[in-house]
Amino acid sequence: MNPVYYLYLAALLFTIGAAGVLIRRNAIVVFMCVELMLNACNLAFVTFSRMHGNLDGQIIAFFTMVVAAAEVVVGLAIIVSVFRSRHSASVDDASLMKL
Amino acid sequence: MTALAAAASQTSTGEAVQFWVLGIVAVIGALSTVLMKKAVHSALSLAGTMIVLAVFYLANGAYFLGIVQIVVYTGAIMMLFLFVVMLVGVTAADSLKETLKGQRWLAAGCGLGFGVLLIAGIGNASLNSFNGLGTANAEHGGNVEGLASLIFTKYVFAFEITGALLITATVGAMVLTHRERTERAKNQREMSEERVRGKQLPPLPAPGVYARHNAVDIPGLLPDGTPSELTVMQTLRKRGQIRDVSNESLEQLKALEQRSEERLGRDNEEEEVAK
Repeated sequence: MNPVYYLYLAALLFTIGAAGVLIRRNAIVVFMCVELMLNACNLAFVTFSRMHGNLDGQIIAFFTMVVAAAEVVVGLAIIVSVFRSRHSASVDDASLMKL
Repeated sequence: MTALAAAASQTSTGEAVQFWVLGIVAVIGALSTVLMKKAVHSALSLAGTMIVLAVFYLANGAYFLGIVQIVVYTGAIMMLFLFVVMLVGVTAADSLKETLKGQRWLAAGCGLGFGVLLIAGIGNASLNSFNGLGTANAEHGGNVEGLASLIFTKYVFAFEITGALLITATVGAMVLTHRERTERAKNQREMSEERVRGKQLPPLPAPGVYARHNAVDIPGLLPDGTPSELTVMQTLRKRGQIRDVSNESLEQLKALEQRSEERLGRDNEEEEVAK
């Protein structure tokens, strides 16, 4: 097996995540799909790091994880505050600018 | 693995087997993240996919990232997701109403096309040989040491900025979820006066406890058999999550009695025949 299969897997996971972001309505699930896309990118970075034999790819994957953590904290806070004001976590309901 | 693996084109058979078994698990987990109806199930599937990815990182020689993936992603981020699912409500299902006509199918089609393009692009690139991380890891005495020497020299500014980003995110989350108190909080004296002068002097009655149900969302029954809403706690009452099983269990009781009567009647007949 060639490590390029890891890249195919990463592409597949990224595609599934992207489709999920477009298809799902629940804001939390949309967020999870974004996480899935970030994870797929990390897998691609780690695989490229192995292919080229240097560690820079892993550093980038590490930074991606940190950014993902920050993004999740802020995003989930936004979802919770939207849920408090609208009593719904559906992204369709947040179509109005004001309540 | 250092000199021999340089510019190899094949990994070991064990890794290939691991890839095909766990890769299928990862794809199934990703698909069920998208397709599961309840957010909790999606979160658990995603956690499974992330654990599989951690194993892949370890297999690819990224030992530090593999452990960080488990600790940070499945340990912290997914638990945060589960907390929010609990806050927002487990029962909050997806709305099936389509605001844009045919949007789901268009989105699925776009996803499919995107995936085909991405995979075709990877297929066209010439990626037949790989170097392996043996020399890169050995240079500083290990994977963690190698990463550390890069983070604290070449990427030190990015690392500092990451720290600023994390602090900003923390403050942002606190600001976003902070709620200003609009009315004055009741003090202890007012609360006790309200309690004594209110309608209900003794403690509120306990929720219904049957032989088969002892959950807090089941109301207790009054002597005439009607459920009493007072026994269920206020939060569940406001959410409308009271589970009424009185009719159901009365019917079950009736059926049980009927069956036992039939049984008794049959036994009596048998006894009479025996006499």
